[in-house]
Amino acid sequence: MITAERKPMEEILRSVEPYGKILLVGCNECVTVCHAGGRKEVAMLASALRMGRLKQGAPLTVDELTLERQCDPEYADELARVIDQYDAVCSMACGCGVQTVAERYRGLPVLPMVNTAFMGASEKNGVWAERCAGCGNCVLGMTGGICPIARCSKRIFNGPCGGSTKGKCEISPDVDCAWQLIWDRLKQLGQTELYSQIMAPKDWRSARDGGPRRIVREDMAI
Amino acid sequence: MKSDSNLEKVLAAGHFAVTGELGPPRGANLQAIKDKASHLKGMVDAVNVTDNQTAVVRMASWAVSLVLKEMGMEPNYQMVCRDRNRLAMQSDILGAAALGINTMLCLSGDHPSFGDHPQAANVHDIDSIQQIQMVAAMRDEGRFMGGAEIDTPPRMFVGAAANPFGDPFELRVLRLGKKVAAGADFIQTQCIYNMERFAEYMRQANDMGLTERTKILAGVTPLKSAGMARYMANKVPGMDVPPEVVKRIADQPKEKQAEEGIKLLCEQIEQLREMPGVAGIHLMAIEWEHRVPEIAERAGLLPRPQV
Repeated sequence: MITAERKPMEEILRSVEPYGKILLVGCNECVTVCHAGGRKEVAMLASALRMGRLKQGAPLTVDELTLERQCDPEYADELARVIDQYDAVCSMACGCGVQTVAERYRGLPVLPMVNTAFMGASEKNGVWAERCAGCGNCVLGMTGGICPIARCSKRIFNGPCGGSTKGKCEISPDVDCAWQLIWDRLKQLGQTELYSQIMAPKDWRSARDGGPRRIVREDMAI
Repeated sequence: MKSDSNLEKVLAAGHFAVTGELGPPRGANLQAIKDKASHLKGMVDAVNVTDNQTAVVRMASWAVSLVLKEMGMEPNYQMVCRDRNRLAMQSDILGAAALGINTMLCLSGDHPSFGDHPQAANVHDIDSIQQIQMVAAMRDEGRFMGGAEIDTPPRMFVGAAANPFGDPFELRVLRLGKKVAAGADFIQTQCIYNMERFAEYMRQANDMGLTERTKILAGVTPLKSAGMARYMANKVPGMDVPPEVVKRIADQPKEKQAEEGIKLLCEQIEQLREMPGVAGIHLMAIEWEHRVPEIAERAGLLPRPQV
């Protein structure tokens, strides 16, 4: 999923300062799962905003709405019937959702309420960790199912570097060395011979370096 | 010969090679380089010039390498993958080669979080093993990484670093093997304090036939004080300083700790000379360049061969 974290309250209050009536829009997908911008978080932020503005002596009207999926124009359309009443839309979706709404309602400021973080998975309750860098050319089959791009601090293809200590990365004892994990898993799979092959330099065109990416499926076009 | 590198010549002639190290200044201070370098002249066969070591900005390693070259020394131009993509790397290599730099060392580089610009983008377009392949292919095939032909290929003697003490230990020699397969002509290791573990590493490297395909220079660093010994033992990632080594330095009164460090170093060099497969040492006297002549003399490393 795409993970996100709510922006600091001070920053949020500053960003809505010019407005008197806003629509706070959540998303029922990834940000709901990572507890950053679902219905519950929308309600909590709405209350905090109302209180914050009362304290400032400039009350703010905040209406709440959570869409099924903000990054889908079909759902973003649902805002059309109410949007004219507001000075601004405050989105609690990831950057994809914010932009979909902004593109649909060009005359209205759309403000991000969360910082979109990474594509990750839940490690345990309340902990999410990066798992995929979206590089466009998956190598997990060569690396024991552990991604060296997303999980090695130096995205080394032929690791580990000299900084790997007791299974941890040189940057922090809280970060696992991806190459230790890869090696352990390759051993478990009986695939250690994969390690001795030199992995070729990455063609980063399939990643962000090739420019903004699109997927076009002719077979899906209507 | 693959290059005009003095280090290559010394190694090819079968001498026990000695390389030193010089950290560029944090400023445009030419005199500081010359002062440091003057202590190393005639003491070593090549001088590593570090590239923004510990991710702290310093004068460019190619520029300092040229200063050494002008002083009649052989620079070992270090280049890390952290700060440059493949375009920048290859253009710098061409420039360095054109201006007489013959030896280079391919490295990953410390993570930016350790340095003075933790905000910086962390490039890693290619890794150090792919970098070795790239430099070797530029020289041997006369081709850029993108495939185009090079008019006058850079004739670099290509080195790589190896840390025999990182984890997992069983991968260390395998990864060394990958560096050799990638084309590393020589290897300089991380500082060695755990001789037993290093001897085991060398035994594995010999068994795999790696020492016949590359020249391994064992890294050594004199411990200047008990404080430094403890720091190396506890704070430097991937460093193995056994407790008895720390104790040996710490048991001395403060004013005698540096002397004990040099004694220990000389004993280590003696052991390394006898160790099968070790082709030389890489002496990293960190901010202690002025003591290198004394160390080289006492360790019996002088005079350096003229080849």
